[in-house]
Amino acid sequence: MESFFSRYRNALVLMTVLLAQVIGLAIQVRRPGQDASDKGGVLLIRSWVVDLVSPPERLLHATGLGIRGVWMNYFDLIHVRQQNKSLQTQLDQLRLEEASLAEDARQGQRLQALMGFQEKYIYKTVAAQVIGTAGTEQSHVLLIDKGSKDGIKADLPVITPDGIVGKTRDVFDHASQVLEISDPTSGAGVIMTNTRIQGVLHGNSWGQPEIVNLSPDDRIKAGEPVVTSGGDSIYPRGLAVGTVDRTVSQPEGTLVNVLIKPAANLERLEEVLIITNTGSQMPSGMQQDLSDSQQKASDILAERLPSRADPNAPPPVVSGQTGTAAVQGAAAPSSGPDNSLPTPPPKPPPAIHADRYSTSSVQPAAEMVPGQRASGVDAPSTSETSGHVEAPATVKRPAPTVADSSVAPAKKTPARPAPAEEKSGATGASPAPENPNAQNPKPVKPKPAQPNSAQPDKSPPPITAPPSTPPQGTN
Amino acid sequence: MALMASSRHEVGTKSYPILIYVLVPLLALGLQSLLSLHFGFFPMIDLPLLITIYYAISKREPMSATVVGAVIGIAQDGLTHHPLGIFGIAKSVIGYVAASLGVRVDTENHATRLLLTFSFTLGQAGILFVLQRHLLGQAFAWHWVHEVIRAALNALLGVILFALLDLTRRRE
Repeated sequence: MESFFSRYRNALVLMTVLLAQVIGLAIQVRRPGQDASDKGGVLLIRSWVVDLVSPPERLLHATGLGIRGVWMNYFDLIHVRQQNKSLQTQLDQLRLEEASLAEDARQGQRLQALMGFQEKYIYKTVAAQVIGTAGTEQSHVLLIDKGSKDGIKADLPVITPDGIVGKTRDVFDHASQVLEISDPTSGAGVIMTNTRIQGVLHGNSWGQPEIVNLSPDDRIKAGEPVVTSGGDSIYPRGLAVGTVDRTVSQPEGTLVNVLIKPAANLERLEEVLIITNTGSQMPSGMQQDLSDSQQKASDILAERLPSRADPNAPPPVVSGQTGTAAVQGAAAPSSGPDNSLPTPPPKPPPAIHADRYSTSSVQPAAEMVPGQRASGVDAPSTSETSGHVEAPATVKRPAPTVADSSVAPAKKTPARPAPAEEKSGATGASPAPENPNAQNPKPVKPKPAQPNSAQPDKSPPPITAPPSTPPQGTN
Repeated sequence: MALMASSRHEVGTKSYPILIYVLVPLLALGLQSLLSLHFGFFPMIDLPLLITIYYAISKREPMSATVVGAVIGIAQDGLTHHPLGIFGIAKSVIGYVAASLGVRVDTENHATRLLLTFSFTLGQAGILFVLQRHLLGQAFAWHWVHEVIRAALNALLGVILFALLDLTRRRE
């Protein structure tokens, strides 16, 4: 017997070691529903390894960050000022967009409340540095430098500003493992934004996330955004997951898998956010940001729009401008970089030789009196005010009542034919006769003209500019 | 045959400072984890496996090589989310076989090292495939071209790494 052990000593040791590990595997691998009572012991071994490996990794990572920080903060600052300026412009632009989207969001919330949905808002996140990976192709696990001492728990969603990364798995004192969405054992509830098809996201064996077991659907196209559905109770609803890459048929059966291109760059992650607290109410900070943003957006918009009190602004134009000028004035702002913004009201170019027909001679609306002729005030024709390129009719009529067009630009309205008597003898631009009673003009509020009002002649109803609706271009 | 051990010197065991036995596997694990974060191709390299092979073919003691392989493998499992023992079993077998072969072949020869590392990398992939696919029922992608490229990369790196580790050897 002794010779047997001495002869096969090595093989016996191998068998013993293998047997021990197989038994260990059998203990760790649990069937669904079994109690995880042995998890503490397993975690202890894992904790030892992580405690041994993470400090030097942390040190190396910090050294690399330090070197990079010195370079980035002291040497690589070329064009920062210019970049800052462009970013400020971009920020203004984004504030405007955010303000417009906020209304949609509020409307969505009201509708969700009506339908009984529960929106999850992110209350608190913890930023963490990625200090390592599993180092193998079979395991898509990250090691981050925040642990239970930093408030991290298991099964918390981990995200980047681009999209979701995964969820925390094993949490140690000062480090945690993050299971990426590209791992085959991961899972997340997702929904495609266009087709509204819901599914479960897993990683495939090649490390690419895919939505599995879907019925074939021709509507699923490459590039369709995919977001979290919130059905897994881990990821809040609406977080970006990625875009549809392609659809592959399963070898067995008639179902398909949809491969997803992740929004977050899972291959090169340096910093992540762990969502540690969520709730159903919009956090106060977010509400404050939203209101601030809307306030700033309105300020930015006010700066861009012509101001009523701006002394340097050209006088408001209600008549006398040709249709071509109106077209040019309306088309000019849209040629700028902010095509997505509301088009500001058209500004006609100033007259080179001002005369009584020039737009600069327009009397302010506040000084106009219905039925009185203001000196130097041209009577606008309907077609001009409506922005159509059309020869103005020569009529003799009092100046119509107009609203302050500096804040209420003329809205494109259907052209109305001028009355027959107005059209007679009209060959060119002709002003309305001067109002002899305009010596003591009284500011009045613009009011719509009545058909039987005391007008000196039968003129069409005065044209009042609609409130604050910029023209959408002229055709 | 040139690859076979032909002298007592060639089959003699090598000894290393005890610190090397501890530091080198730890460094290999740390570098494997860290470099995989920054270089997308690095998960194809298996530094812990190379260390296991090196110790096995240098010491030429199957028993100690088995234990060393098991310890390094379990430590590598600790960095993954797999059950502890997947890499442990694979590296125990590799360590045992490498040490057993190390008695018979000239492990100082670079060509031998290249061939051995290539074979053991493929062997470990095969063991992992069997364990994960059939023992644990998990998904495991197997692609021959990928595995051959992986084995070739590890073999090339192994030759360089083994030459560097030879420098830490105690002088007789």
